[in-house]
Amino acid sequence: MQDFELLHPPSLWYNLQLFWQFEDINVLWVLIGSILLGMSASVIGAFAFLRRRSLIGDALAHAALPGVMMAFILFQTREPLVIFSGALVSSFLGFFIIDWLPKNTKIKPDAALAITLSFFFALGLMLLSYIQGLNIDNKSGLDKLLFGQAAAMTSSDITLLGYVAVFTLLCVALFFNKLRLIAFNASYARTLGVSVKFYEILLALLIVMTVVVGLQLVGVVLMAAVLLTPIAAARFWSFNLNSLLALSAFIGALSALISTQISYLAPAMPTGPWMVVSLSVLFILSLLFAPQKGLLKRYLQLRTLRHKVAKENILRTLYKLLERRDFKQHDFNLAEIQSLRNIDTHKLKTWLQRLCKEKLIESSSKGFRLTERGLKHATALTRRHRLWESYLNQQAALTPEQAHLQAERIEHILTASQEQQLAEELAYIEMDPHGNPIPKAEESAKNNDAHRQKLNRAGDSNV
Amino acid sequence: MFESNAFNFSLFNMQFGINDLWIIATASLVAAANALVGTFLILRRQALIGDAISHSVLLGIVLAFLATDSRSLPVMLSGAVAIGILTAWLSETIHKVGRLQSDASIGIIFTLFFAVGVILISLYADQIDLDQECVLYGEIAFVPFDTISFGGLDGMSNDIGPRAFWSIAIVFAVVLISISIGFKRLETVAFHPSLAFSLGINVVFWHYFLMTLVSMTAVASFDAVGAILVVALLVIPASSAYLLANSLKSMLWLALIYSQAAVWLGYLASYQLDSSISASIAVCAGLLLFMTILVLQLKQWRLRKRSVQNA
Repeated sequence: MQDFELLHPPSLWYNLQLFWQFEDINVLWVLIGSILLGMSASVIGAFAFLRRRSLIGDALAHAALPGVMMAFILFQTREPLVIFSGALVSSFLGFFIIDWLPKNTKIKPDAALAITLSFFFALGLMLLSYIQGLNIDNKSGLDKLLFGQAAAMTSSDITLLGYVAVFTLLCVALFFNKLRLIAFNASYARTLGVSVKFYEILLALLIVMTVVVGLQLVGVVLMAAVLLTPIAAARFWSFNLNSLLALSAFIGALSALISTQISYLAPAMPTGPWMVVSLSVLFILSLLFAPQKGLLKRYLQLRTLRHKVAKENILRTLYKLLERRDFKQHDFNLAEIQSLRNIDTHKLKTWLQRLCKEKLIESSSKGFRLTERGLKHATALTRRHRLWESYLNQQAALTPEQAHLQAERIEHILTASQEQQLAEELAYIEMDPHGNPIPKAEESAKNNDAHRQKLNRAGDSNV
Repeated sequence: MFESNAFNFSLFNMQFGINDLWIIATASLVAAANALVGTFLILRRQALIGDAISHSVLLGIVLAFLATDSRSLPVMLSGAVAIGILTAWLSETIHKVGRLQSDASIGIIFTLFFAVGVILISLYADQIDLDQECVLYGEIAFVPFDTISFGGLDGMSNDIGPRAFWSIAIVFAVVLISISIGFKRLETVAFHPSLAFSLGINVVFWHYFLMTLVSMTAVASFDAVGAILVVALLVIPASSAYLLANSLKSMLWLALIYSQAAVWLGYLASYQLDSSISASIAVCAGLLLFMTILVLQLKQWRLRKRSVQNA
């Protein structure tokens, strides 16, 4: 590039276009390599996560460092295969120490992880500083392992990375059923005659290999995130293992794509940290907005349930008032409602307005009264409340007062079939423990059932 | 290593100068403070949150520096403590709200914080006196060159020694005082969290109190040993002590002894091998732990053999 061109540095957009034209074949290779790594690390990390060993990748990545340095000291070459083997050996050693310590000493698993991680890392740094003092050629670039720099990778590094990633994905595809069984129920797998030991070692090997080839791209310190964050994010989207794995592979690949872009556009930026940041952003988005288990969805469900409870409480209060006046007086004012249910006047007004809008009650000059529909609904609620009170009183020997408090909560989530079951078990009892009549069942109650079940699910996840 | 003629003595044919003394003094305070705090982390099974905080502290330091343009101790400490507590709180929150395994939520938070810290350093590399490698292994060998001096207007500056030494000295004093004042409470919380709760001890307060101590110790150790070796000094001497001790007091003393032994052995090793001082200290701490385990295993093995013979 000539000097006068530097006065007008190429725009970001131009660089982006340049990236996607793949004029530079290296860029393409780095991109493919990091996407493959992102996918295989996410898939293999998912199994570690399911076995409740989320941070094993962290420890293994640190444990690889002394192996790399040792291999370099012994063979004085940066041949990827040599470095790879060294790292593999020391990572495996780390893996066994993490396994051995809690089984044979008082040291707890979390401390074992931290001990192994920091000791191996210190050993690696000690060797690295020792190497810096040695008079060996091409020792520069070894420290690139610490933070990972995609641009520093050679084509043979990427070839090795590709082989390992493809091998990992193939292994997972091939042994998928066994790995799944072991991940969820190792003891059951054992009774089926599956060689759990073999698959555990295979899994360890795959993790160690993936971590080791990932080091140059992501770096020692942040490798943990590449294994862990995709599956943690995918968890918010699905329960099914197949789709979990597919999703976390997708998230891994996406973050690889994003970080390679950034590190191409701003070469001073280390690739690894950007990969972690993009993964974390994907995680946070999943945590907040995933359709089934996201926080936003859960908050909305909780709010719907809370609104329903508030409204139903007022309906039942109106029914009780009605009952006290022997169904002769129909209109009740705010003070009368508040005498039975302690609720802030302002809030009560809001709820009453909403109930009016839903045509469950109507307001008149003298106050509020239940509509036909509202009365049906309120009757059904009261029936559930009192059935449940009677049930607790009879079967669980709770005092009527205790039973009342329980029923206050359960009335909102009982389904019609459960109501029917209760009524049968109580032999169609007619009075509740307080001596109030239990209203008769109505057909209309069943119509609410589907809606009710939907809300129950919202309720269950928040209790 | 460093030529200084003001003060010299020799040990094992090694020439020690005043700079070496400053380095050793700083290292031994770093190791001691970490050992004391680490003891509680081991007992409370929070080794991983220690790992997480010592990484996140980097972000705290960088943010504090960018916000105030100052590297003074109070600024660094407040930045680090804020981020440390945020790490502990966020991991706990994601664990609860996201229903994620607690180690997974810890892992997500600290890797993110560390990554952001590293990115900020590369963005503002020309303004921050921290480079990426220094983040990882610190450079205790440079400690004697960054000194605090008073006066200087009249040309007679009054040098009182390395900045890193004084910051860790202050933090060590704070740790020591906090532990001696809160000893009873910390003991109950560490061994019987549920009893502590029923006694009306504010468990949450002591949790965050400990996290504050960890963050403070981590930031004061950062200059000297970097992020990951803080973990080594937090966890390894305390684990060695855990294997031998039968009370909290003895565990604290043993952890101190182990940490000091590691400092001296590590310093000698680094002198002989010309390797990084802080890494050598951490490696020696690990070797001491390894030897302790070996001795205990041999003892156990002999006991088992004897009981077999007797039977």
